[in-house]
Amino acid sequence: MELKEKMLSSFMALEQELDLSSPVHDIRSTSLKTFEILGFPTKKDEAWKYTSLAKLLKNDYSIFPKKESSLELKDVKKYFLYEIDSYKVVFIDGIYSPFLSDTTHDGIDVCLLSAALSKPKYKGVIEKYFNKVAAKDESLTALNTSFAKEGAYVFVPKSVIAEKPIQIIHFSTGEQGDFLLQPRSLIVVEENAQVQIIERHQSLTPHEVLTNSVTEIFAAKNALVDYYKIQNDRIDASLIDNTYVAQERDSNVNVHTFSFGGKLTRNNLNFTQNGEYIDSTMKGITIIGEQQHVDHYTLVNHVQPNCESHQDYKGIYADKSVGVFNGKIYVDKIAQKTNAFQQNNNILLDNKATINTKPQLEIFADDVKCSHGCTIGQLDEDALFYLRTRGIPKREAKGLLTYAFANNVLESVAIPALKTRINKLIATKLGVNLGHDL
Amino acid sequence: MLTIKDLHASVEDKEILKGINLQVNPGEVHAIMGPNGSGKSTLSTVIAGHEDYEVSKGSIVFDGEDLAELDAEQRAHKGVFLSFQYPVEIPGVTVTNFIKTAINASRKAKGLEDMPAKEMLKSIREKAAMLEIDSKFLSRSLNEGFSGGEKKRNEIFQLAMLEPKLAILDETDSGLDIDALKIVANGVNKLKSEDNAVVVITHYQRLLDYIVPDFVHVLYNGRIVKSGTKELAHELEAKGYDWIKQELA
Repeated sequence: MELKEKMLSSFMALEQELDLSSPVHDIRSTSLKTFEILGFPTKKDEAWKYTSLAKLLKNDYSIFPKKESSLELKDVKKYFLYEIDSYKVVFIDGIYSPFLSDTTHDGIDVCLLSAALSKPKYKGVIEKYFNKVAAKDESLTALNTSFAKEGAYVFVPKSVIAEKPIQIIHFSTGEQGDFLLQPRSLIVVEENAQVQIIERHQSLTPHEVLTNSVTEIFAAKNALVDYYKIQNDRIDASLIDNTYVAQERDSNVNVHTFSFGGKLTRNNLNFTQNGEYIDSTMKGITIIGEQQHVDHYTLVNHVQPNCESHQDYKGIYADKSVGVFNGKIYVDKIAQKTNAFQQNNNILLDNKATINTKPQLEIFADDVKCSHGCTIGQLDEDALFYLRTRGIPKREAKGLLTYAFANNVLESVAIPALKTRINKLIATKLGVNLGHDL
Repeated sequence: MLTIKDLHASVEDKEILKGINLQVNPGEVHAIMGPNGSGKSTLSTVIAGHEDYEVSKGSIVFDGEDLAELDAEQRAHKGVFLSFQYPVEIPGVTVTNFIKTAINASRKAKGLEDMPAKEMLKSIREKAAMLEIDSKFLSRSLNEGFSGGEKKRNEIFQLAMLEPKLAILDETDSGLDIDALKIVANGVNKLKSEDNAVVVITHYQRLLDYIVPDFVHVLYNGRIVKSGTKELAHELEAKGYDWIKQELA
C-alpha cells in the first residue's frame, strides 16, 4: 500500500481512540481532506524543486507505536544538554517518557500537548492558538495536523521569564521497524514573557525513521523567544520540520537551526509579523557530507510597518551532499520601513557537492530596506597556505578555515553551555581539535 | 643550513625568480632588499612551499634535505617559518587556540605527545610578555580586526612560540610605528642564537637599524645582483634603487 493510502486508512484507526465531539477533531478531519487532495509534495511543486521525498515515501513505515519502549538515561544522556539545569519534555517513539522528562506547572506550563488537547482547563488556549498559524494549505502540515496527538506544550504567562531553558527531545528506538513520527508542539509566550527552547530529534536505530514535525510558536507583545534546533541525527533518519511563528508588536523571536546530520532534512520555517517593531531572526549552520541532504525553506511575511527580519545561513558541503536554501521575503504594501536582511554563504569542499540557493523577494512597499546575498565558494587558498606554514596539516587547516567560516553564526546563541556544545560539534564535524581555551 | 642554487620559479607561467643563489648558515642574519616587484615576496613564498609557485629549475636545500619534496606543513615541521606580510584573519579561532593547534601539529609530526597545558600556558605567558602583548589580545580571534602593528606583533609571537631554525620575515616593518618596530625587533634579537638564522626581507633599511644583518643582498628582476655587509643597506638608503638599476644597465 502506498504511504498516502496507508495514512488515510490509519486515520480511521486513530479516530477510534479520540474524542470525536472535540472541536479539535473537526480540525483533524478537515486537515486530512486537505492532505487527501494535495498528497505528498513532489519535485513538480515549485517549493520542492530541489528535494525529493520519493525514495523516503517508499518505506513501509509503522504509523503508531506497537508498544511502549523505555530508555536508560545513561544511554541517551549525551543527547541532552545535561550541563545545565533545564525543563525536559521527552518522547520515545512518540510516547511521553515521564522517567526522562522534567515538566512543570509552577508559574509556567511545560507539559504535553495531549494533556492540553484533552483537559478542560486548557480549552481556551487550544481554541485560541491550536492550528492557528500553521498553514492550512500545505500537505505535510495538514497531514501532521490530522494525526496531531502528542508533543510539547509550553505556556509562559504574561511577564514571566522562564528561569531555565526547555529541552524537547524526540527519540526513536527502532523497535517499531521503519517508523513515521508526527510530533506536534505548541508554544505560547504571553506579553513581556521570555523563554528559551532547545529541540532535538534523535534516532537510535538503523531502521528508517521519518519525522514530520509541526511546531507553532506564538510570541505576544514584547515577548522574547529563543528557539534552537539541533539536527545531528543518524544517517538513516529523516526530518521534515515545519515551524510556524506568529509575532505581535515589539516581540523578538530567534530561531537557530544546526543541521549536521540525518539523511534528508527539510526545514520549513515561517514567520508572520502581526504588529509593528517586530524582530525576527533566522540563523543556520549546515555541515553535511556523504549523500546527506538539507533544505532550508524560509518565509517571512512582513505585513506591518517598521519591522525587521534577519537571516544568516552558512552551509558547508562535502562529498556528494546537497544543500538547498530558499529564502522568501514578502513585504506587503502597507509594510513601510521594513528592514529585511538575508544572507546565505556556502562552501563546497568537494567537486560533487551541490548547493541550490534561491532568494525570493516580493516587495510591494516602496520605503523599505531589503538586502540579500548569496555566495558559493571554495576555501581561500592563501589562508590555507598561511595555516600550513604554521605546521597545521592540509586537512586540519581546511577544517579550521571552515570552522572559522561557520563560527560567527554562533555569536547570537544565548545559552553559553549550548554555544560550547555546538562549537564542539562543529569542531568534531570538521576534524578540528581546538581543545579548550587556556 | 639553507642552500639555494640557481632557483627559477614561476607563477601562472610567468617566471619571477630567474636564478637565485643564496647560502645561509646557522647564527647568521641576512637581509634581502630590492624594489617592488623584484621577487622578494616570491622568494619567501617559494621557500615556505606555496603550491601555486612552480620551481622550474634549481634547488632549495634545508638541513641537507631538498625542500621540493616537502609540503608547506612539512617544511614548518623541519623548522622553516615565514612571517607574512599580510597575515590571514581567522574569526572564531583565538590566538591561543591557534598557536596551540600549530605547536601540537608540529609535535604530532615529530611523534611527540601534545604539549602539557601547563607548559603551554607558561610558554605563552613568557613569549607574550617579551613582546609586550596583553593577555586580552590572546583571547581575540586570530588577526580579526587587528591593526597592522598587532598583526605583525602576532606573527613574531608565533615565531617565538614555534622556535624555528630559519625565520623569514617578509616586510615585517610595514605597518609598524617606531615603538612597535623596536618591540618586534627586540623580540627577534632575543630569539637569535648560534643555531638559528633569520632572513629579513624589506624594502627599507629602517628595520635593519634594529635587526642588524651580517649580509645584505639586493634582489632585482628575479636575481641577486649585489651582496655585501650592512653598509650596503645604508648605501641603498642613500642612493635609492635607481643606483642599482643604473649600475646594471
